[in-house]
Amino acid sequence: MKTVTIDAKDLHYTPLNQKVRAAVADGAEEIVLNNVLGQRFIGNGVRGNARIIVNGVPGGDVCMFMSGPTCIVNGNAEHAPGNTMDKGMLVIHGSAGDAVAHGMRGGKVFVRNNIGYRGGIHMKQYEVEARPMLVIGGTAHSFLGEYMAGGLVLVLGIGQEKAMTDRGIGSGIHGGEIIIRGEVDDHLLGVGARKFEFTEADLERIKPVIESFCEHFDLDPAPFMDTNYTRIAPASSRPFAGKYVWE
Amino acid sequence: MSLGSIPPKYKVSIDRDQCMDCGRCIENCSYGTFRRDGDKILIQSRKCTACLRCVSMCPRDAISLTENPVDYRSHPLWTRDAREDIIKQARSGKIILAGMGNASNLPSIFDRLLLDACQVTNPSIDPLREPMELRTYIGKKPSKLEFKKTEAGDVELATKLSPNLKLETPIMIGHMSYGAISLNAHLSMAKAAKETGTFMGTGEGGLHRELYPYQGNMIVQVASGRFGVNVDYLERGAAIEIKIGQGAKPGIGGHLPGEKVSAEVSRTRMIPLGSDAISPAPHHDIYSIEDLVQLVRSLKEATEWKKPVFVKIAAVHNVAAIAAGIARSSADAVVIDGSRGGTGAAPKVFRDHVGIPIEGAIASVDQKLREQGTRNEVSIIASGGMRNSADLAKSIALGADAIYIGTAALISMGCRVCGNCYRGLCPWGIATQRQDLVDRLDPEQGARQVSNLIHAWTLELSELMGAAGINSIESMRGNRDRLRGYMLDEGILEVLDVKNAGA
Repeated sequence: MKTVTIDAKDLHYTPLNQKVRAAVADGAEEIVLNNVLGQRFIGNGVRGNARIIVNGVPGGDVCMFMSGPTCIVNGNAEHAPGNTMDKGMLVIHGSAGDAVAHGMRGGKVFVRNNIGYRGGIHMKQYEVEARPMLVIGGTAHSFLGEYMAGGLVLVLGIGQEKAMTDRGIGSGIHGGEIIIRGEVDDHLLGVGARKFEFTEADLERIKPVIESFCEHFDLDPAPFMDTNYTRIAPASSRPFAGKYVWE
Repeated sequence: MSLGSIPPKYKVSIDRDQCMDCGRCIENCSYGTFRRDGDKILIQSRKCTACLRCVSMCPRDAISLTENPVDYRSHPLWTRDAREDIIKQARSGKIILAGMGNASNLPSIFDRLLLDACQVTNPSIDPLREPMELRTYIGKKPSKLEFKKTEAGDVELATKLSPNLKLETPIMIGHMSYGAISLNAHLSMAKAAKETGTFMGTGEGGLHRELYPYQGNMIVQVASGRFGVNVDYLERGAAIEIKIGQGAKPGIGGHLPGEKVSAEVSRTRMIPLGSDAISPAPHHDIYSIEDLVQLVRSLKEATEWKKPVFVKIAAVHNVAAIAAGIARSSADAVVIDGSRGGTGAAPKVFRDHVGIPIEGAIASVDQKLREQGTRNEVSIIASGGMRNSADLAKSIALGADAIYIGTAALISMGCRVCGNCYRGLCPWGIATQRQDLVDRLDPEQGARQVSNLIHAWTLELSELMGAAGINSIESMRGNRDRLRGYMLDEGILEVLDVKNAGA
């Protein structure tokens, strides 16, 4: 395997990203970035199927518009990782800031621990080829899956008494689904979001996602393989259809 | 039904002596105003929107239309609109949805600004004989230029220049999305932009693949819904525009109703068929000016700093301070959309009451950027209700680099400003996705009309400049001495930095 190692110490994000792009163009299969400390936009708009290993804490918008590669972050991530991501995978071995997977339209984002506010906000999907997934090991703050228009958000609640305790889940949701480990209090749901029973068929559907998540973080998937989840989906795909009267 | 019906807005009548009973009015009206009953064409005036399709297509000029055929008791405060809005809301409990731009009757500042011309002391220039320089570059300009000598003894530019858009005329076509308007409308405008050497905005509905041949003249928009946005889309555009706000509805998002999300719209926007396309009010990754900087730079990183990035805002109270922040964000142009800007659909209360007119916004933004020494960092693109070359010339004299036209381009394709765009039944094939209606707009002919309009305004602008003794658009820009205010109050004249007529 062709590996390229880049030392990001004291490097501004533009030259760093140029080096990543040059390595991808040069056919590198694995690109290791060491000493990353707050550089933004890593993997931004990169195509192909390289594996990008980020050792350190990337700055905002890591993997924004990314279309294909797999990016492994060995550390926490800042604001909006996986923003408007298209294809590929982002795995964060830690926690992440606000607006994780914002407007994401394809690929997968796995976060081992917790995320901030507005996770999965406005995620959307087009047919089956572009169906984004956001899996959170711990918990998330408010407005999870707000305005969601497609895809899957899964919260496993590892180490939490309750997987979700913050409000505004799925407010304005009009597509896709949010699946949360255990019970979710009614008052946490946003306007337009509805709880549905989580069935055996649903479990079959998300099994591969759980297995893949656990494999990445070296977790045992067995304890998650039951129907103790809450499924939250839109009350309507036309939440604003009845809001207006013509002039 | 205790409220009864409100009076019809229009009365349509057919001059039966003129009518040859051809039935073109029936075929052309998508709102169902006309129908045949035996050998007679019946009219249901209540369905009429005054789109004038029937009037335009009647071979005998037999159709006439009157607005407000029923009078209310006149009252200066309780206008017809005020009363009817209350009746509609009492009945429904809903927000009133309206189309096209601001319909309140506040006076236009443009109409009270007068342009200058030369007499005796310096000669006017005849554009027939002298070249008029209208070429406009949109993007960052270096604050100074540095040169170095090569080994061969030549001089070479050492300053790194930022990417700019090169416009042959300071008129661009603003952002109206595919979805809100039809593919044929987009194609017409894209062909016209290419032909006239200017640019057109995609709006936030993505870029349909049939527009790829014109991508070199397209500005791709990134709005809060991020519809159709991926790295291919960003790379296709000649420039990228972040839409923060829109003059017709500042501060709120947009909803494309599910009925308009056809298979093609769904594919272009990359969203499910028939679902509402919702743009939230803010970009949820931008909650501060610092976050805006991050999005601007993120778009630049994704496209390797090869494309200019614009930021579009609605003209609101502190527009100058906001634009000053944008000028420091790495953005290459700020687009200011005034309160008379058009839209396919907006809550009436926003359309008519939120935001400020473009004239004051251009002047205050240009002034602020000059004060702060950042005017070279961003170009100013003005939009919102630009009706003719006079509005264009006045915008440039107030400080804009270029303008966006929207409604004017639609009118050049047939639109009669009936304001029913949100119903999706546009009989002119513009604001609709219904194929039989879309087919009414021939992209070749539409393109010719749009480019004729741009060409005509460009000619008029050269004449206006020549008359003022100016032969280059740079000398016109921000040249407020060539404007005088007429019946404008002192406060507005101060904001505009324009003298009174006679002064």
